[in-house]
Amino acid sequence: MTKLLNLKENDIPKLPRHAKLRFDEARKKWIINAPERVFELDEIAGEVMQLIDGKSSIIGIVDILVKKFEGASKDVVKKDVLSLLQPLAEKGFIVI
Amino acid sequence: MRDIETKNCAEIKSYSSPEKKRKLLIPYAVLCELTHRCPLSCPYCSNPVELELKSNEIDTGTWKKALSEAIKIGILQAHFSGGEPTARKDLEELVHHASSNGLYTNLITSGVLVTEERLKKLYDAGLDHVQISIQDTDPKNSEKIAGFKGHQKKIDTCLLVKKVGIPLTINSVMHRQNLHNLKSMIELAIELEAERLEVAQVQYYGWALKNQTAFLPTRDQLDEATKIVEEARIKYKGILAIDYVVPDYYAKKPKSCMGGWGRQFLNITPAGKVLPCHAAESLDFLNFDNIKDRPLSWIWEHSESFNRFRGTDWMPEPCRSCDRKEIDWGGCRCQAFALTGNADATDPTCEFSPYRNVLEEPLSKAGSETPDFIYRKFTKQISIK
Repeated sequence: MTKLLNLKENDIPKLPRHAKLRFDEARKKWIINAPERVFELDEIAGEVMQLIDGKSSIIGIVDILVKKFEGASKDVVKKDVLSLLQPLAEKGFIVI
Repeated sequence: MRDIETKNCAEIKSYSSPEKKRKLLIPYAVLCELTHRCPLSCPYCSNPVELELKSNEIDTGTWKKALSEAIKIGILQAHFSGGEPTARKDLEELVHHASSNGLYTNLITSGVLVTEERLKKLYDAGLDHVQISIQDTDPKNSEKIAGFKGHQKKIDTCLLVKKVGIPLTINSVMHRQNLHNLKSMIELAIELEAERLEVAQVQYYGWALKNQTAFLPTRDQLDEATKIVEEARIKYKGILAIDYVVPDYYAKKPKSCMGGWGRQFLNITPAGKVLPCHAAESLDFLNFDNIKDRPLSWIWEHSESFNRFRGTDWMPEPCRSCDRKEIDWGGCRCQAFALTGNADATDPTCEFSPYRNVLEEPLSKAGSETPDFIYRKFTKQISIK
């Protein structure tokens, strides 16, 4: 089982086997399926989660997002990404 | 981000819903009760008192059709349950059908009939998650509660699930006859490397209602259990997720049963009847449509049973003018009916219910006497094979 994570920018996050990301056509949203729960992602959370591939580091994901959304400050994006991923990590839905 | 629990009996969190009450929602999950056959005879079984015989079970093709239709209406998760779902030989085929079409698949099992070979087949079929029930950490008491000698086999199956590589939840139904072992249950879940532990106190419907005095804990027992769970959640944060369900007899506010009638879930019985929740057949005045006769989308949208308590229009006072009416949706209809004889009544577990006094008698008996179990059984004895 995973250890409690305090995510840092160089960590490479991934979803554990029991959490599955997919686009849901019925709701037109990205969702994460997990044991007896569903996380419905808003647009930004959906953008972030799609970049989690088990290869990119958190800071790498931030860089991609900064490039994609011109004008976004890197510090703000980093804070947003960590504040999305950290609570998921605490519930075991993000591992490294 | 919205975090939605997809099965009843998990601790239901309230969440704000942007949709208006009249708008039909897209359901999240279907509970597929493949069979009522089960080698165990737990006296708190959530199956109805009138169990369905094997001869009435719907066939593989009908289940596949139901799963395909579930996907079409936007359902995201399929829970395969029973009875004991592994008593169905077509389980792998159904899991594969669901999984390969995008459903998240969850097997809810006692674990006593499963071999490593079968688990491997289920893994290959795409099974996402397994839940195994453990009745107690004390083997003798565990087997007494289950009415079946299979405690060690359950532990072995948990180990096999992890060996094969499927994520595991331990389901522990807790009550006054095993709450003293709650700490060791949490330790067992850690030892078995489960990702998740459900500490679900008995909910009083059907069989459990028949055995209520044997199960209902005292207030002190409940408070002690809550304390243990809260401490363990901190201690094992990020290692073991613990879902906790309290017996609502001690609550002031009713549970948001199923997240609201006909809002998020549906249940298909072994015979193909489509229900708003697994206990709904106890509402014996309702007609339930069958997946053999109607498409799932029609049943979700138009059936009498799903519309009967959908939304808030059916509500009496004090629910109607309550500011929590779209949080708890009036509580549980089956409980209201079982305890008051009136399915429209405010759930008696609500402090504002005019029927609140019906809880006094059972609560006054809690901890006083320990009657023998009335075990779950078919009216007519049949073989589980």
